[in-house]
Amino acid sequence: MYQILRQIVRTGIKTEAPPAPDQDLRVAAQRLERAMLETLGRALVIRQIDAGSCNGCELEINALSNPYYNLEALGIKFAASPKHADLLLVTGPVAKNMEVAVKRAYECTPAPKLVVAVGDCGANGGVFGESYASCGRVANVIPVDVAVPGCPPTPLALMTGILTAISSR
Amino acid sequence: MRLLGQDLEFERLPGAQPVHRAACDDAGLLAFAAAAKESGGRLVALWGSDERDRGTGFALHVAFALAEGLALVTLALPAGHPEYPDLAPLFPAANRLQRAAFDLLGIVARGADRRPWLRHANWPADFHPLRRDCDASRQFPPQNEDYPFVRVEGEGVHEIAVGPIHAGVIEPGHFRFSVVGEKVLRLEERLGWTHKGVEKRFEQFRLADGHRLAGRICGDSTVAYAWAYCLAAESLSGCQVPQRALWLRALLLERERIANHLGDLGAIGNDAALSFGLSQFMRLKEDWLRLSAELFGHRLTMDAIVPGGVAVELADPGGQRIREQCDAIERETHRLKNIYDEHAGLQDRFLTTGRLDPALASEYSVSGIAGRASSQSWDLRTQNPIAPYDELDTQIASHRSGDVAARVLVRFDEVFESLRLIRRIVDRLPRGGLTAPLPAAREGSLGVGWIEGWRGDVLVALSAGAEGGIRRCHAHDPSWHVWPALEHAIMGNIVPDFPLINKSFNLAYSGVDS
Ligand code: SF4
Repeated sequence: MYQILRQIVRTGIKTEAPPAPDQDLRVAAQRLERAMLETLGRALVIRQIDAGSCNGCELEINALSNPYYNLEALGIKFAASPKHADLLLVTGPVAKNMEVAVKRAYECTPAPKLVVAVGDCGANGGVFGESYASCGRVANVIPVDVAVPGCPPTPLALMTGILTAISSR
Repeated sequence: MRLLGQDLEFERLPGAQPVHRAACDDAGLLAFAAAAKESGGRLVALWGSDERDRGTGFALHVAFALAEGLALVTLALPAGHPEYPDLAPLFPAANRLQRAAFDLLGIVARGADRRPWLRHANWPADFHPLRRDCDASRQFPPQNEDYPFVRVEGEGVHEIAVGPIHAGVIEPGHFRFSVVGEKVLRLEERLGWTHKGVEKRFEQFRLADGHRLAGRICGDSTVAYAWAYCLAAESLSGCQVPQRALWLRALLLERERIANHLGDLGAIGNDAALSFGLSQFMRLKEDWLRLSAELFGHRLTMDAIVPGGVAVELADPGGQRIREQCDAIERETHRLKNIYDEHAGLQDRFLTTGRLDPALASEYSVSGIAGRASSQSWDLRTQNPIAPYDELDTQIASHRSGDVAARVLVRFDEVFESLRLIRRIVDRLPRGGLTAPLPAAREGSLGVGWIEGWRGDVLVALSAGAEGGIRRCHAHDPSWHVWPALEHAIMGNIVPDFPLINKSFNLAYSGVDS
């Protein structure tokens, strides 16, 4: 225990300032009222869905929880079920084998059903494109509010995308 | 030449690695597979190809790892009834490989398990995308699949179904547990959810740019896949990669190994209720990735390895920065290892949990970190090492207990060893060019690349198409062998330990589904 505490003290606080929203990432205009956005800005629950990613995007989404980005400190949490989520963070081109599961998760998500499509794959199908096995970009399967390009997008780009989804114009 | 005293005539393929290739018939394949097993070899990969445009029907390719290197045997299959002998009785890991080969190509392992693997009822059963006459751009309406899971009957037995979408930030898969109380009697996995049609997609890439797709089959192993792809392309075209580029590739590969091991060490601690471990190791990993971004322009170093060489350079004071960071990470990892070692609660969760018996690991041809934690001493960096590993004298990690604790120890050992290798690479980096042009390849020529990624050995078999195109590219992830072994390692454990056990293996989903 002593060693753990010592290490915590030695490490100190690493958290850095969050980035500003970027309206260029919007795919659709902001649908939400100011009051709603203010609430979400303090407590946003995200459900992440890997719809067919290569796992590169997941690595960077996981990095959001590290002490540098510390997403939780902004009141943003990951939930285990879409039923508890305000926002779906969807990676990958949507694999044909995931199409039904992604649609179901979207249906289970309560309003406001914000969707952020992640990565070049989520935004435009990426290197995988469309085929018998790939539905391409996320917007081909469910409505998308914000798309964050990058392969994979950096944690800062991901944060920007998430904050854009809950920012007013 | 002959291998294992078998009646097959092998020819060595051009390239830096010992890859020997022979044609065989049904009986020859079975005899060779049996001899490979007998000699302590393992099944590395199994795939098919459509050769009907050359008038020779289909072909089945099976790769074995032997003391002599890689043995690749090819069996011609008639166009009308493309069948071959079931290899699963000898190598049970062949089961899913054979099912995937059927889904993609319609070639049949005689008398074997015929359940689909990559196909989930979302395209017709007779739609085989890798057949040359198949229009693979067609899409079909999705269907619900009624997959025939094996049921366990008995008093008090019930089923728990998990996935495909999991509770955390992880890739999708479906797990069906049969349990009594909390105890797992049986686990059956259903994967294939992230199948994106990669092998068909390769046909739309050029030999000179297929590394971009290869590097996105499994994002956490982008360096290993890109290197394996490039090695295959360079072997079949006779490209001589400059020494400096080879050393830089090894630098990137060892950096990828450390990045993943650091992340896993944190996540495994977290799954055993030590969130301190997660935040500490994630911090170290972040420092590591930031230096990669600074020096090589990308946090995961995607697209850094290109056919003919590398697209990155290590200029001053990059080497010094890397050396200093290695020292810092080493110091901190030692400190954290001490904490892990002495944490009674953690060790209690790690020890004897999720044990993969060495005999079972061998049965399933398990390699990589999972193998090395269960007495399977396979590591391409020490066996048939290619440059620069032939000058680096890599120490192989090896543990016997096969439990979560052993998989944690293998990772710690490998972090320290890779830090040593990285310093050595930086100190001895040869001068010279970074790329060589990729010579034109003869259509149909075959190249193989085989690289020890952080998870295990990644294999790419590449066949050149007309005018710089790709005829066929098959990529194989080491997780193919560990997934079925995990079904055994979980037996007798309790359901709440599954996340910890699963994380201690940290197998690829996209890598096997691709
Ligand atoms: S955007 Fe890049 S990292 Fe993300 S899933 Fe696609 S290929 Fe992988």
